[in-house]
Order: sequence, then C-alpha cells, then structure tokens
Amino acid sequence: MRYVMVIDTKRCVGCMDCVVACKTENNVPEGYNRDWITEEVRGKNPTLQMEIRSERCNHCDRPPCVYCCPTGASHIHEGGVVLVTHEKCIGCKACIAACPYDARFVHPEGYIDKCTFCIHRVEQGLKPACVSVCPTHCMHFGDLEDPQSEVARLLSSRAHHSLLPQTGCQPHVFYLT
Amino acid sequence: MPLELTTTRHNPGIDPLLHAWGWEIPVYLFIGGLVAGLMIIAGVRLLVAKPRERQAMVCCTLGPLVGLALLSLGMLALFMDLSHKLYVWRLYLSFEPTAPMSWGSYILLLVYPALLANALTHLPEAIPSLAKRFPVLLTISDYILARQRMVISIGVSNMLIGVALGVYTGVLISGLPARPLWNTSLLGPLFLFSGLSTAAALLHAILVISMKEEDRPAFADILLTSLARWSQGRGPDTSIAPILTRADNSFLTIELGLLMLFLIGLVTSTEVNAQAAALLLTGAYAAPFWVLVIGIGIITPLILQFLELQNRIRHTLAPAVLVLVGGLALRFILVFAGQESHWLRVVAGP
Repeated sequence: MRYVMVIDTKRCVGCMDCVVACKTENNVPEGYNRDWITEEVRGKNPTLQMEIRSERCNHCDRPPCVYCCPTGASHIHEGGVVLVTHEKCIGCKACIAACPYDARFVHPEGYIDKCTFCIHRVEQGLKPACVSVCPTHCMHFGDLEDPQSEVARLLSSRAHHSLLPQTGCQPHVFYLT
Repeated sequence: MPLELTTTRHNPGIDPLLHAWGWEIPVYLFIGGLVAGLMIIAGVRLLVAKPRERQAMVCCTLGPLVGLALLSLGMLALFMDLSHKLYVWRLYLSFEPTAPMSWGSYILLLVYPALLANALTHLPEAIPSLAKRFPVLLTISDYILARQRMVISIGVSNMLIGVALGVYTGVLISGLPARPLWNTSLLGPLFLFSGLSTAAALLHAILVISMKEEDRPAFADILLTSLARWSQGRGPDTSIAPILTRADNSFLTIELGLLMLFLIGLVTSTEVNAQAAALLLTGAYAAPFWVLVIGIGIITPLILQFLELQNRIRHTLAPAVLVLVGGLALRFILVFAGQESHWLRVVAGP
C-alpha cells in the first residue's frame, strides 16, 4: 500500500477550504499551518502562466526528516505516511532543517508537527479532511499500488509533476497539469 | 524565466527564511570542535610525555579540565535549543544509524570519561593543592603512569574520540540535504581543523595565563614538539616556541585551504549550490565571512604568528584571541547562511 495525494491544478482555485479544514480537524494552533496555498506565476506579460497549489508534507519515499531524526520520533508509517511520535520528539529541529519543503514547524507545545495525511481518518475509511471538503473536487487521495484506484488512474492518464523531485526525496504529493 | 511564488504559509521559525536554529547551535558546534581539538592534542601529548613531565600538564590536564567545563556549557547550549526539553532522555533509548545527532549523543558520552582519564594523568602536577587535599589523585596518577598500556589506551582513545567529535560537528549539518550550503562532506574536516586551531589557540592562552613568566615553556610545548619527538626520537626542547606557533599556522593554513575548496566545490556545482555559495561570496553574509572568518580569524593570526616566528614582533595573546573569534564566527555564519540557502531559490523548468 502506498498512500498518495493527487491535486488537479486545473481545478484548484486557491479558496483555502483545505487549509481551514486541516486546522479544524487537527487543532492546528493559530498562526501555524500544516497545509497552505501557493500561487506560482511564471513568464512575462502577456504569456503569463499561473498554477495554484495546495501544499503540505510530501510524505517522501526517501524522507531526510526521518533519516536525521535522532530518536526515531519521525518515522514511516504503514502506507508510506511520514509521522512524528510526539512523545519521542525532543524538538532538536534537525528534521525542520532537513526538509526541502519547509513543511514542518515547532508546535507551541514543543514537539515537531506536520501534515499526517489525516491518518486517523484514513484508518477509519475516511478521506483526509482537506480532500473531503474541497469544493472543486480537485483533491484526490488513495492507494497508488492499487491500479484501480482513482489516484492511480489519474496519474496514468494525466500529465503531472511533483515538487522539487531533484532533491531525490521522492515526494508523494502529485499535481495534475 | 521570471517566477513569482506567493504562499499563505507563515509558520514561526520557518518563513520567510528558515531560522529554526538560533545562537545555541553555532555555540555548541564551536565548543564541540574546540573540545575535539583539545582531546586530540591531549592524546598526542600524553603519548609522548615522560611521566611527571611538568610541561605535559598544560595539554594533558589543564586542557582536558577546561574541555570538560566547556563541553558542559556546549551541552547546556544544545539543551537550551531543544523545544521539547522534558523528552531529552529519548536520545538514549534508541540508536538511529542514519542520524548524525544520534551518533553525536553517544560520542558525547565517551568524551567525558576520556577527557577525565587524560586529566587525571598529570593532575597532581597541574593542581598540587588539590592533590595534597585528595591524596587519592596522586595514587590514581601513579597507577596510570606506571602502566604504559593504559597510558597508550587513554592517549589513543582521546585522539580517536576527538577526531570523531570534530568531524561529527560538521556532519551534523552536512547531512541535511535541504540546505545546499551544507551539502558537502568537507564540512567534517573543515570543522575538525578549525577545532584544532581554536584548541591550540586556547592552550596557548592557558599556558601564558597559568604560568609564571620564567616558567613558561612557551607555546612550543603543545603539539609539534611532541609529534617531532614521537616520530624522530628527539628530546624535549623547551625553547621551541616557534615550532608550536608553526603548528597553529599549519592548522590555520589547512583550514583556509579547506574553506577555499568548500567554496570552489559549491561554485562549480549545481545552480542551487552556486547560489548558496553566493551568500558567502557576495550576498548578505559576505562582509562578516570575509572580515571575521577569513580576515580576523585566519589571515591576521597567520601574519602575526609569522612575524613572531621572524622575531619581528613580541609573542602576545592576540593571535590566540583572534583565532577563537574566527572559529566562533565561522560556525555562526555557516549555520545562519545555511538555513537561508534553499532549493526554491532556483527557478526550475522552462
């Protein structure tokens, strides 16, 4: 099993519902974000291109945050989901410095926090909070190793990219273009 | 192609530029390198010292004692950096082979007993009043020095653990692939030789401060005398201050060479690495890097010590102080500039 998230940039309007849903579902403190919206504008007028993305931890296959964690708090859970065990985290911040996506932050309670792919919901058969509230249905979540899954079909039929693949981290959040 | 990124994220410590590590980590890295240098010099000196050789006490006892105190300060700085402090004991409930910090936490456990053992060898000579009050110190010293195998074990273990500690302080940050400025294994040897030069400078300072004018065997006591004696069978020469000054100059020259290789390697690598190097070469950190690290921390002490060797100026504490300032500045600048270096600074794709 390999959980992935697929986000259709042709449909995303940057409404931030996913951001609000995440903060509500996961009690993310005020002033902090586990997911966020990025607008990328390329080119020169009049040939400008814009891509709106909902971004978060990429749950990499080769996660440098896990490799540098001195206590094993950062670990790879079933389905390839990268998680932090709060009771093991000492707050050394090595994982923050190791993440090329700057997806982690220090929770006000001291431990390191980040997107969990809402694994507590997924294990109950639900979708992550951000996916479930998306009004344009641009976000998809599922098992990449299941060829019949929606995410597998989308990735096999649509052009897509991931963020900073040149870092070698093998990110697992994909953006349809 | 021009590219503009706008993000709604503004996490404290992360945005707009990463600043997760403050002053604590550079101070810890500086002290770690310094203690590593003290261990290596203490180990070498112990191996070549004659039992009860008074000159050995500076390197073999005062150095390690200062090292123990400094390392405790460094550990305190590291502890202060932790944001989940009550769980620090978790470091010792597991060993993570891919995590430099895990290696470091166990290396630090070995540093204390190794430094203490080295200090005990010549403690009665270094602090006679303490030995009078606690005669057991003399007994321990006699016990160790009477056993050549034990002396060799203590000396070699100090050298090896010192090298491991010095290299670890560099690998700690070079093992983080997200920061292009740190992506070079040269940081290990760079921090090791920087640590050796700062340790030699500190021992020089201790030597000058702790001994009476007429007793000073000068800086000469410390390393190259020992190495020369060890390798060529020469006797100790207390009037060779110039040789140890040359030792410090050697460390500084190697450090300068490694810094140049570090910059050349980045500039000639990928675009992200070249942009990271630009932070030091022409960017926000260029002035402190060239003035504090290269100018004040390496070039000036090299020139001063060269002139001392030529007997053109008096031997003073100035080069030692400058080397220490430069070593500290090197850690601060590399840690802060490294956090600012980022893959996203490069516009990828057409």
